[in-house]
Parts: sequence; C-alpha cells; structure tokens
Amino acid sequence: MPVRGRIIWVAGPAVRAEGMMGARMYETVYVGEEKLIGEIIKLTGDVAFIQVYENTSGLRPGEPVYGTGQPLTVALGPGLIGSIYDGVQRPLVSIAKAVGSFIKRGVHVPPIPLDKKWLFKPTVKKGQKVSAGDTLGIVEETPLIQHKVIVPPNSKGGEIVEIVDEGEYTVEETIAIVKTNIGEEQLKMYHRWPVRQPRPFRERLDPVVPLITGQRVLDTLFPMAKGGTGCIPGAFGTGKTVTLHQLAKWSDAKVILHIGCGERGNEESEILIKFPEMTDPYSGRPLMERTILIANTSNMPVAAREASIYTGVTIAEYYRDMGYDVLLVADSTSRWAEALREISGRLEELPAEEGYPSYLSSRLAEFYERAGRVKTLGNPERVGSVTIVGAVSPPGGDFTEPVTTHTLRFVRVFWALDPNLAYSRHYPAINWIQSYSAYVETVSRWWEENVDKEWFKLRHEFYQILRREDELLEIVRLLGPEALPDDEKLILDVARMIREGFLQQSAYDEVDSVCKPEKQVKMLKLYVKFYKLAAHALERGVQLKDIRAMKIIAELIRSKSTIPNERLELFNELEKKMEEEFRQLMVTVSSGVTVGGR
Amino acid sequence: MARIAGVEYATVREIKGPLMIVENVTEVAYDELVEVETGTGEKRLGRVLEVGGGRAVVQVFEGTQGLSISDTRARFLGKTMELGVSEDMLGRVFDGLGRPIDGLPEPVAEEYRDINGDPINPNERDYPSDFIQTGISAIDCMNSLVRGQKLPIFSGAGLPHNLLAAQIARQATVPGKEEEFAVVFAAVGVQNDEARFFRRSLEDSGAISRSALFLNLADDPAVERVITPRVALTLAEYLAFEKDYHVLVIITDMTNYAESLREISAAREEVPGRKGYPGYMYTDLASIHERAGRIKGRKGSLTQMPILTMPSDDITHPIPDLTGYITEGQLVLSRDLYRKGIYPPLNVLMSLSRLMGPGIIAEKRTRVDHGEVSNQLYASYSRAVQLRALSEIVGKSGLSDIDLKYLEFGDLFEQRFLKQGYEENRTLDQSLDLAWEILSTLPESELTKIKEETLKKHYRKKLTTQS
Repeated sequence: MPVRGRIIWVAGPAVRAEGMMGARMYETVYVGEEKLIGEIIKLTGDVAFIQVYENTSGLRPGEPVYGTGQPLTVALGPGLIGSIYDGVQRPLVSIAKAVGSFIKRGVHVPPIPLDKKWLFKPTVKKGQKVSAGDTLGIVEETPLIQHKVIVPPNSKGGEIVEIVDEGEYTVEETIAIVKTNIGEEQLKMYHRWPVRQPRPFRERLDPVVPLITGQRVLDTLFPMAKGGTGCIPGAFGTGKTVTLHQLAKWSDAKVILHIGCGERGNEESEILIKFPEMTDPYSGRPLMERTILIANTSNMPVAAREASIYTGVTIAEYYRDMGYDVLLVADSTSRWAEALREISGRLEELPAEEGYPSYLSSRLAEFYERAGRVKTLGNPERVGSVTIVGAVSPPGGDFTEPVTTHTLRFVRVFWALDPNLAYSRHYPAINWIQSYSAYVETVSRWWEENVDKEWFKLRHEFYQILRREDELLEIVRLLGPEALPDDEKLILDVARMIREGFLQQSAYDEVDSVCKPEKQVKMLKLYVKFYKLAAHALERGVQLKDIRAMKIIAELIRSKSTIPNERLELFNELEKKMEEEFRQLMVTVSSGVTVGGR
Repeated sequence: MARIAGVEYATVREIKGPLMIVENVTEVAYDELVEVETGTGEKRLGRVLEVGGGRAVVQVFEGTQGLSISDTRARFLGKTMELGVSEDMLGRVFDGLGRPIDGLPEPVAEEYRDINGDPINPNERDYPSDFIQTGISAIDCMNSLVRGQKLPIFSGAGLPHNLLAAQIARQATVPGKEEEFAVVFAAVGVQNDEARFFRRSLEDSGAISRSALFLNLADDPAVERVITPRVALTLAEYLAFEKDYHVLVIITDMTNYAESLREISAAREEVPGRKGYPGYMYTDLASIHERAGRIKGRKGSLTQMPILTMPSDDITHPIPDLTGYITEGQLVLSRDLYRKGIYPPLNVLMSLSRLMGPGIIAEKRTRVDHGEVSNQLYASYSRAVQLRALSEIVGKSGLSDIDLKYLEFGDLFEQRFLKQGYEENRTLDQSLDLAWEILSTLPESELTKIKEETLKKHYRKKLTTQS
C-alpha cells in the first residue's frame, strides 16, 4: 500500500514531507494537489526529501504527497523512435497538445502512444520455452528500425502457453502468456524499467569496431569505438553543440539518443526542424527515423534535468538489447552535475570541491559505465552497444574544474576543444595535441581490414607532422619563422595545409559535412605523400618558395569540399597532377633554370 | 491556489540583509507574493523563498531598510507576483517592479501574467532564421543577429556598450519587411544618465512610442533588480506572442543582476559556487535568457540583447562565463580597440553568433557569398593578429613578404571595415563589398575559405597589384 504524507517544507525544487514511513529511496511520488512528479532522494525517520520535476511555485505546507510504490521508470516499447521527451519521458508533443506552447505543470501524458496499432509478427511458437531477453516477435517501428519485442530482463521466463497471431495490436494488449514457475505472466509489447538500474546483459565484449562519425579529426586521429565512452569539454563558443550534432547526424550507429540537458531551446528546435529533412547517409532515410530526443532545456525544472541522463541511457540500453548499436550524446553533463549540486545544496549536504556533492565522481562513473559493447541476454544471440559521448562545459574553459577532471577518469576518449582554434574559426576546434583516444590500437584492425592496410602507419606519419609542428611553433614564438631551416619551414607549411584542408571540416558545407572512411584515407595518403615528395624535392635542391607556389596546394586544400564521397577516383587524378607538378619542379632544377641548391 | 487573498501576520522574527523571517505562518505557499507594511504605513513587496515548519523566508524587493521586528506586518497575498500587461504600456516608463513613474495613470491591464513566465515547449519553438540588419559591418557580416536570438554584449566598465546597443535598437531592420516592432528596455541598477541616454536615443529616433522602459536605477533597491528583467520580459512575451510584435529587449546591466542574486544567496547562507555566486546561477540566468525565441504559428518574435560588464574585463568570470553558455553567442568589446579610437570596438575574434550558420547562411537568406566572406575574414584577421604578436617579438624583418601583407590587412580591417560612425548605417551589401575590398589586398591564393567561382565573381585583381 503506497504511502500518503504531507508537505512540511518547500524551497525551490526541494520539498520535505512527513508521514512518509514505508516509502522507499528513489520512489516516485506525486506532490501536492496538482500531483507534480517527484522522487524521494533522502529518508530520515518518517520525513522524506523529495526532488520535484516540475515548477513548485505556489506549493505550500500541508498539501498531500502520494507515494506510488514504484521507482522512476521509463516505458520501453514501439513508439519511442522519433519522439521528443522531457527529462522524465513525457512527450513534448503531447504536452503541447494538452496545454499549448508554454509548458505548464501537472500534465500527465503517456510516454508512448497507447492507442496506436502496430503490426506484430511473432517469432516464437506456443509450447516453446523462453527466457529473459528472448525475442517474441518483430514490429517495424520505422522503416529503419525493426523493433524486437523481447521478454523483459526481469521476467522469470518459462513456456509460452499463448502467443497472438500476426496482426495489429496496441502496446497495452497482451501478446503472449508465459507459464513461469510462479504462475502465468502476461507479456505486452512494452515493459517498464527503473531508470537508475542498468539493464542486464550476458557478457561484455571488447570495443574493437570504430564508431564512424564522418568527422576526419575524430575518425582518423582520435577514433571512438562502438561501446566506448568519450567526453568533449570546451568553453562556450568552441563548438561542442555543433560537434555533437554532427555526431548525431552522421554516425553509423543504428539508433541515436540526443539528450539536451539544460541547454538552449533554439538548439533543440534546430534538431527538430532539421533532422526530419535530413537523410541518414547510410540508408537514405530521414534521420528522425532513427533518433530519439530528450530535451530538458535550461529553463525547464532542474530536477528533471538530473533525471534526463538516466532516462536517456535506459532507453539506449533497451535498443542495445535488441542488438543495435546506439549512440547517446549528452549535452551537457556539466548541467546535470549542476542539478546535482543544486539539489545537494538544498538538502544542506556537506559540499566537496566548488560546492559539488562528494558523490559527483561516483555518479559520473556509474553513468559512463553503462556504455559498452555486449552480448545481450536471450535468443537469438545478439551483439549490441551503447556509446556515450558527453559534452562538458567547464567554467571559464578551465579543464581542471571538478566535472572535467572526474569525467576524464572514466572516459577513454578526450576531444579537447580549444578556444584559440575557435576564435580563428578553425572548426571542429579540437586540439590535436591535447586530445587522445585509447581506442586507436583497438580499432586499427577494423580500418586495416575494411579500408586500407596501411592505416595505422599512415595515421602515425600524418600525426608526426602535426606533432613536429607543435614543437617548432615554440621556436617560432621566440625567434620568428625565418630562424628555421627550410626543411623545418616545410613542416610548418604542410601542417598548415593539413589544418586547413584536413582538420577543418565545415558542418554547413554539403560535400564536406560528412567524410566517409574511404575518403578520409585517400586524403590522409595525399597529404603524407605531398610531404614526402616536397621533402625529397627540397633535398634535391628545389627552393622552398617554388614549392610554396605550387598550384596543387590550393587544389589539395579545397579537395575536401570539391570531391564528394561518391567520386573518390578524382583523388587519383589529383595525385597524378601532384606527382606531375613535382616532376616538373625537379626537371627545372636539374636543367639548371633556377639557381638551386642550398 | 484558489484562496482568498490577504492573510496578515505581525510575527516577524528576524531581519537580515534583504530577507525577513516570519513565524507561525500557515497556508503560505512557496514563491507567494507578500506585501510588507512598515510601522509608518509604507508598503513594500516581497516573495516567499522558503516555507516550512511554520516559518517563511521572505525576500523584500525594496530592501529591508527601516523595517523593525516589532511593528512590521506581512500580508501573504495568495498568488505569485504578476504583471498586468497591455499594448498601452508602449510609450510608457515604469519602475523596476512595473509601476508607472511617468506621472500618467496606471495602464488598464488586458491580462495578468506571472512574471516568472513558463518555459517555451522546445517542440513548439520555431527556429530563428530572419536576418536582422543592424547596419554595423562587423555584426552583419561576421556575427549576424537573428530574430528570436539572445545575443549579449560583453563589455567592460567605461566601454561604449550603451552607444552600440542604442545604435542597434535604432537601425535594426529586417530587409524587405515592414512589420510591427517594439523595444522593451530594462535598466538594472544602471546610473541615471545611462537610462536618460537610452530614453533620449529612443525619442530622437521616434521609437519611443513603441517602447516600454522599466527602470531600476543605481539608487533604487538592489533586491528589486532580480525582478526587473522578469517584469520587462513578461510584457515582451505578451507583445511578441499575443500581439504579433517583433520585440527587441535590451537589458543593462546583467552584472548588477548577478550581484543582487549573490547578495540574496549569501543572506540565506547557501553553499556558494564560484566566487561566491550561488550554484544555481546558471539555471537562474537561463530562466531569463531562454525567454527569447519564436513560436510556431505565431507571427511575433522576442530578441534579447542583454548587456553585461565583465568584472576586470575577465571573460572567464562567472557572470560572462555562465551567460555565454546560455546565450546564442556574444559580442565582445575590446579595450585595446577602444583605445585605438575604433568604434564599435568589437573584438570579432572572441565574438560569435551561433545562429548565423544554419539559420541564415546555409538557407541562403542573405547574399550567397556571405558565409564564405565571413569565414575568410575570420581566418585572415586571426592570422594577422597572430603575426602582429609575433612581429612585436621578432620585428618585421623576421617576417616573410606574405606575412607583411597580412599585417597590412589587419590594419585595414580595423580602420576601414570595423570602424564606423555612430550614425553610420551600412546595408549588408555595402558591408560585404567593403569586405571584398580589403580581402582583395591579399593574394587570391591565400583566400582558401572561398570557393573559386565566388572568387571569380568578387575578387578585385587590380587592388593586389597596387599594394
């Protein structure tokens, strides 16, 4: 029997209620006469501390609090894809239908459509034994996503005594009855799962497959793996959001979850308006057919911001359990941490660094640990993954602040955004010296088997040019560029070409916005080759100014936006042209037209 | 909250800073509006920040000066703070709580609205895409303002931010469109002459009849400052989303707002975040700035231009820092440029308009070459600035010929492109042509951010040979 208590104290999103004996930690409660959604976060005697997911203005002591006996859960079933939710899985479209363009409180709407009929195709037969995670049947959720209806992970499993025929059903109708050792269990096309509890799987696998993002600096230099974790910290204006949008648009994951956690409303609206018009480069279907959005903008209630991260990752795990690769991007985890801090402050907990609660680091660890590439529960055997990329918004762009430092302990990929690059409009403003990826070795086999045998070596040679540039720039800063010998000046020149022609990638250019792995390798090879040929030419007495004046340079730099992914043979022509121009340079030297040599 | 208004208590137990604690209260709601009556019969307003255990913490907007524990009475009004709004408020001047101070009678309210507003449902937002021409080259070309955007000016003490904001308010138009516009001006703790300057500027341009001014001046109560922007935005939202106006809201100076927020937080003995500002300052600022935008199916728009002065010109200070994470870009003013005599002293490299890319350029709502020119200006000017720093160390002799061209470009950029008169209103075409003029002093092969066909059309070959 759920409890029923009474409010005794209100301050912002934090409420204290008495008469709550018997309530559980993290139980969902309805607060006040308007039944605002809340969650119990602390229990002392019969007093419960509740964080309320809606605006508490006007709430007063004496109003009732109703327990539900349930933790905060999400509904998992067909109808999730293409939705846009607030932090506690209320569809924003339904909220708008109920109360108009501005969000009011006390709105109760079902998370997935209850009356929509889905064509269900059973894949099991009567009499068959099933256990948790087994596929019962298939629903085509969108043309891109075959939704596998699975036996919930907390089910006991047993023999199927009834399964419906192929046909149209709503999510509320029973589609199978399973005889378990404790009685009969009715299964529907959806089930609920507590958001703070990771969904179980059979076995963790190594992250050996790269998550292709179509972004050169990421895929080539600092690759993400499917099932991996990464963070992208940066001061404001360094392009976190644009980079995350690029990931959401062009990643080769099957399902994308984008969590707008305490961010800008106009950015959410950009996704909502753009994604349905844009097509997935791998299937040609609208991007929205594989995307789920969670939007809890900065002016929406702060406690729901805290919940949004868990709501998102639970949905991601659900699609992982169907055997899909899921990418979850969270923009921004700093806002989530601030929500923790705000609630913690209202509870008058002892603060750790900069007012953040001492459990910040364990919460971050728990969250990123929910990523992974796994063999799922159930039959048929499936492999799925959840990749988590979190934006971090460090105050003043200072990477030594608590959220960034703690996050870095739990993620394997660090994409560091650099304000100086952003100021000169070098986008994505990812600093190639500071950033790292622990997956370079693990994914290199994939690249070598699927794209180019030389990938690892090429990448290394390429990166060395940039690394050398960084060293040389130190000298230039003190002595000026003219102090360097020509072979080192050449490194600076080539590195500048690479910055412009390879590392910079325009999100708004039709051709350049997504760069497939094959094109990345072609470009990689050309730059490495250019460097080698130029260094060789220099040795043979060609003057640096003649190399600088080569026509091929501008063409090479522009090739990112002039050669589309579908016409890679043009790179071969470019390569021939380059070789030819170098050959001519050498001829002029050996015939003595220019007074060469050093 | 269907309750008869006006339960009165004389049980004030504690007064500290802007706060007053009333005991033995029942039926008091969180965020409820409170009328405080002093012993002399003077009435002030306040609101409940915390309630529980028969105790209510009340923040008094007009300050607690002169209040006494023995004879102060608190009347809890049974509602949250509301503002009566109407179109007639245009052309009027109000105090920081929305009461008229121009000697005219109170306008008849068409509707009462909670000053905190409700968040716009993200799904109902329309993506801002109407380019606003401000007539200022560095903004129009490189940091375009868009209807429904929130673009702050990050300034420093003594820099001409007010001049710039007034120029924008005067010159802003959407090319090719004649529509109802309005200016809502909120002064938050600014000096009298600053407020007068804005007023005069609106009068001179004839825009005063379509403007509403909310003034909390430097000598007005500090606590009231946390209310003034919300009052102003409540009217702005009403005009934009009910009456189809395109509203430009100018709020100056948000630094004073944040100071008041800190004062209240300290009085409540809350755990502080960075530099003593409360941990919830991001959320609080967001509840103001996120009120900008457009809504699907409604004609009007709400554009915000908050002004803040960065303490010691430090952009990493919590106030500009948190603001920058909320707003859609920022216009940063530079003391160096100001000293060089350049108006507007915009540090374009640190400035940014986030809505410029996808909103207007990718959609080709302005000129086709706009995006490329902007990128090229950024790339070239940033190189010029880097080389300028380098030349200070190694001297000009340590630089190559092409580097020297960049230095010249940098000076031209500042003196010809950036610098313009306070009355000078350049069209986007004029600004872009000017940009081409200075870009053409660099060799064509350096302009790699621009596509070849665009270069063919606009690059001026003659200029290169001259220089």
